[in-house]
Amino acid sequence: MVPGDLRYTKEHEWVRVDGDEAVVGITQFAADQLGDIVFVELPAVGRALDHHATFGVVESVKAVSDLFAPVAGEVTGANDALAGSPELVNSDPYGEGWMLRMRLVDPAQVEELLDAAAYEQLVSEG
Amino acid sequence: MTEIATPEPIPTPLLDRHEALGAKIVEFAGWLMPISYAGILEEHRAVRSAAGLFDLSHMGELVVEGPEAGVALAAALVTDPPSLAVGRAQYSMICAPDGGILDDLIVYRLAPDRFMVVANASNARTVSDALAERLDGFGAVLDDRSLATGLVAIQGPRSLEILQPLAGVDLASIRYYGIAEGVVAGIPAQVARTGYTGEDGFELFVDVERAGEAWDAVLDAGRPLGLVPVGLGARDTLRLEAGMPLYGNELDRATTPYEAGLDRVVKLAKAGEFTGRAALEKVAADGVRRRLVGLVLRGRGIARHGYPVLDADGVTGVVTSGTMSPTLGLAIAMAYVAPAHAQPGTMLDVEIRGARVAAEVVPLPFYKRPA
Repeated sequence: MVPGDLRYTKEHEWVRVDGDEAVVGITQFAADQLGDIVFVELPAVGRALDHHATFGVVESVKAVSDLFAPVAGEVTGANDALAGSPELVNSDPYGEGWMLRMRLVDPAQVEELLDAAAYEQLVSEG
Repeated sequence: MTEIATPEPIPTPLLDRHEALGAKIVEFAGWLMPISYAGILEEHRAVRSAAGLFDLSHMGELVVEGPEAGVALAAALVTDPPSLAVGRAQYSMICAPDGGILDDLIVYRLAPDRFMVVANASNARTVSDALAERLDGFGAVLDDRSLATGLVAIQGPRSLEILQPLAGVDLASIRYYGIAEGVVAGIPAQVARTGYTGEDGFELFVDVERAGEAWDAVLDAGRPLGLVPVGLGARDTLRLEAGMPLYGNELDRATTPYEAGLDRVVKLAKAGEFTGRAALEKVAADGVRRRLVGLVLRGRGIARHGYPVLDADGVTGVVTSGTMSPTLGLAIAMAYVAPAHAQPGTMLDVEIRGARVAAEVVPLPFYKRPA
C-alpha cells in the first residue's frame, strides 16, 4: 500500500505538495529494492533543479542509484538527518526519510505525476 | 557474427530452502544464489557477533588423486602442495604462463595421494580445464566434483559452539586451515576450518543430495544462539573488511600475485618447473608497477569498483572494491595504486561523481577478529 495523498514518479520517488513547495523522497518499494541504505548525497539549498535533473544519489551496501528531480524547482531544504542516519530511508521513507524540499516553478508539473493508484499499478506490474 | 547462447543458470541445490527463508535470489557466476535474507547489514553483524550460515554450493571442488597428485599440483600451481601434511590446507593460485592469475584457490590434502582444490564458481571450468591439461603426463587424475558436492559454511565466533553438538569429530582439534573427515548431523562430511569472512568457522563439504539436510540441521541448531542465514551480499562486505581479495575485483588474468601483495603465496624456492615460474621470477626481481592497498575515505562518499584514485598530478590507480564498512562505520576500499603511494598514511583522493574525496592508505586487513 502506498500513501494516497502523494504523487509518484516511474523512478519510484514521491512528491508531497506543501503550499508552494514540494517535499520529495523515495518510495518504500524503492527502499526495499535497494536494501540497507548507507549513504545519501543531497544538493545544497538554493540550487535550481530542472525537471528530471539528477539531484543526488542514494547508496545501499551494493548499489549506487541516482535521484531525479520529479519537478522543476529551487532547493529550499535537504534532510540533514540522513547524513548520520541514512537508514531512516528504509525505516520511514514517507516520513523521517524525506530527502528534499523545493519551491515549485510550475505547480502544473505535479499534476502530470502518477497518483497512488497508478503508482501501485506500476509496482504490481514489476 | 556467432550468437553465443547464454547458458541457463544452475539453481543451487538449496534453492528451495532460500526461497522458503524469503531470500532475494540473483544470478551469480552461472548459478542462482541467495544475495540476502533479512538484509545485508543484519546478516553481516550476525556473523561478527554470533554466526552466519552460507550456501557455497556454487564453488568448484576438483579432486586430484594418484601417486603423483602432489607433484602434479606443484607443477600446476604457485604453491607447494606436497609440503602439506594430510589434513592441512593452503591458500594457492593457478597462474597462466605469463604470471597472470587464473584463479585463487584453497588446496586441501585429504590423504597422501588425494587433494581437493576449491575454485571460485566463476572460474571452476577454467581451473578444471587447466588442471586437466597440466596433469597430463603425471600419475594423477582429476575428478571434477563441483556438481556432486554441496558446500555449507558456518562462520562467526559461535561457530564451534553451534556445530560441535552435531559433529562426530572433535572440532577443536581441527586447527585453522585444517580439514578432517567426519559425520555432521548424521551426514558424512569433510569438515574444514576455513572461510572468507575474517571469523572463525567451518566449511562442510557434503554429497549434494544431503546438502539440504546439513543446511537444516545447522540452522536449527544455531538459531537459538544467534545463527542466521547469510547471502552473497554480506559475504562480500565481510571479506572486504577482512582484506581478502575477490577474483574479478582485486585479482584477474592481467594481475600477478605480487601486485596483489600475495608474494608469500608464490613459492619460488620450491623444486621443479611450474606454470608461470619464469614470468613470476621476473616480476619478483623487477618489482611491480602497481600495488594493492587499503583505503579509508576521510571525506563523505563511498568508493566503488572502477572509481579512479588520484594524486596531485592526476590518476594514479583504480578502486577494485569498496563499501560502507558495517563494522567500522567508515567507507573502506581496496585499490591498485603506484608503488610510491602504497605506504600507510599516504593521502590520496578518490574521484566520486567528478569530485575529489580524500582517502588515506591504511594497512590491510581493515578488520581483525578479537583474539
